[in-house]
Amino acid sequence: MVPKTPIGRRLFSWMDERFQIVPFVEFMKHKSVPSHRGTILYYTGGVALFLFLVQVLTGILLVFYYRADENAAFESIRYIMTKVEFGWLVRSIHSWSANLMVFFVLVHMFSNYFTRAYQKPRELTWLTGFVLLTLTMGFGFTGYLLPWNELAFFATKVGTDIMGVVPVVGDLAKMVLRGGEDVTGATLSRFFAIHIAILPALFGILLGLHLLFVQLQGMHEPEAVAGLNPEKKKLIAFFPNFLLRDTLVWLLVFNVLLFLAVFFPWELGEKADPFASAPAGIRPEWYFLFMFQTLKLIPAHVIFIEGELLGITLFGLAGLVWALLPFWAIKDGTGKGRHVMTLIGVLAVVFFVGMTLFGYLA
Amino acid sequence: MGLNRRQFVNVLLGGGILGALGSLLYPVFSYLRPPKGSEANVQSVKAGLASEFPNNSGQIVKFGRKPVILIRSETGEFHALSATCTHLECIVQYRPELKQIWCACHNGLYDITGRNISGPPPRPLTEYSVDIVSDEIHITKPAELS
Repeated sequence: MVPKTPIGRRLFSWMDERFQIVPFVEFMKHKSVPSHRGTILYYTGGVALFLFLVQVLTGILLVFYYRADENAAFESIRYIMTKVEFGWLVRSIHSWSANLMVFFVLVHMFSNYFTRAYQKPRELTWLTGFVLLTLTMGFGFTGYLLPWNELAFFATKVGTDIMGVVPVVGDLAKMVLRGGEDVTGATLSRFFAIHIAILPALFGILLGLHLLFVQLQGMHEPEAVAGLNPEKKKLIAFFPNFLLRDTLVWLLVFNVLLFLAVFFPWELGEKADPFASAPAGIRPEWYFLFMFQTLKLIPAHVIFIEGELLGITLFGLAGLVWALLPFWAIKDGTGKGRHVMTLIGVLAVVFFVGMTLFGYLA
Repeated sequence: MGLNRRQFVNVLLGGGILGALGSLLYPVFSYLRPPKGSEANVQSVKAGLASEFPNNSGQIVKFGRKPVILIRSETGEFHALSATCTHLECIVQYRPELKQIWCACHNGLYDITGRNISGPPPRPLTEYSVDIVSDEIHITKPAELS
């Protein structure tokens, strides 16, 4: 991998003299990815990363025109979509790529669940991945309000009110997040700050750690492959073979993204009016719909607990249990334990997909 | 309490670091907590003419910074209620065909006196008093909210 041209060679040795890059080059040379039936799942994380990069780039472009003010936010997005050259495309890509990113992060998570990639020694990779998922949803939640439209206004009212239900710190958290008692322009400013400063900083750190862990430990091999004789294992060199395949998948995803953005441009909706009734058919983004629908079904009071408190507590506990999966999962790789873990995963997927569909159809 | 010199210095250093962190974080958290708004304490608002308000209809009225729903029943009585759903704070609306108040967010229903009758709302809507003074509708905040 040492450059072949004289200038390249000189640059390489200049760098190596200062930063000792030869061991890194050697590491990259020997890095390989297992090749088996499930190799396709290895691309899901990369696709999520690609979509995150698209988010960063389009987000930076949007910030040039966006104004985080309750009297100007909606108008500034309308201006981007109608007056700025390619503004409609940039905004549409940003919205579509946000949704696709959540989708791929979820696919990535469940593929790692079902292939048991969270097991020792990858506990922290799972944990950082889980935090990245919550940050991704945080991006979605805060970004949803920024156009200051009717749907976003009520979704934010509901979402932040849910936070207020949390015992002890809930009220304070709600006030801090809203910037006051109600969802107002102050909320918009805060959500903007969270969306473009706090979340990217946290996401960057967590993503760095997540990728570092993957590099240090290599790709996870499913049990059937890990048990094979080393001679029988098929490997793909990471550089350049796997990287080129990754690039191809990224290009395919980019094409799908452009197709969606061009032919199904993201709508802006109606401007939020804090003194208008919530419109019929109101619902949050699809990835929050399963929670929204569940909250709808829980009655006002269950025994002596308020329904919403019960719902939030159950979701909070379920999230915690899911995050700590590597520490409680049944390790028995062949027997009943394996089936129990698969069943739990299937139930989680069925609940998520079922409640989401129910939310759309109800 | 036999602290040797090293432990003593460690406690001093640790305490110092904690104190420094606290003195840094306290202003940050205080900064993030929004100041108590100098909210004008609205006690009463006028909401138009009673003669122009049709029976079996409702509308949202601004009561300071809070939304209030004013409803005129089929028989002509007025009811004013907080328009903020007691479930998750969406703004409710009057459904003439049901003769009930409905929250679109989670399908909560209240009767026209604000009593929660179905769906997730845990409490009734707060009732405001309505007076008609020479055909003008006056909505007044209940004593417990003043």
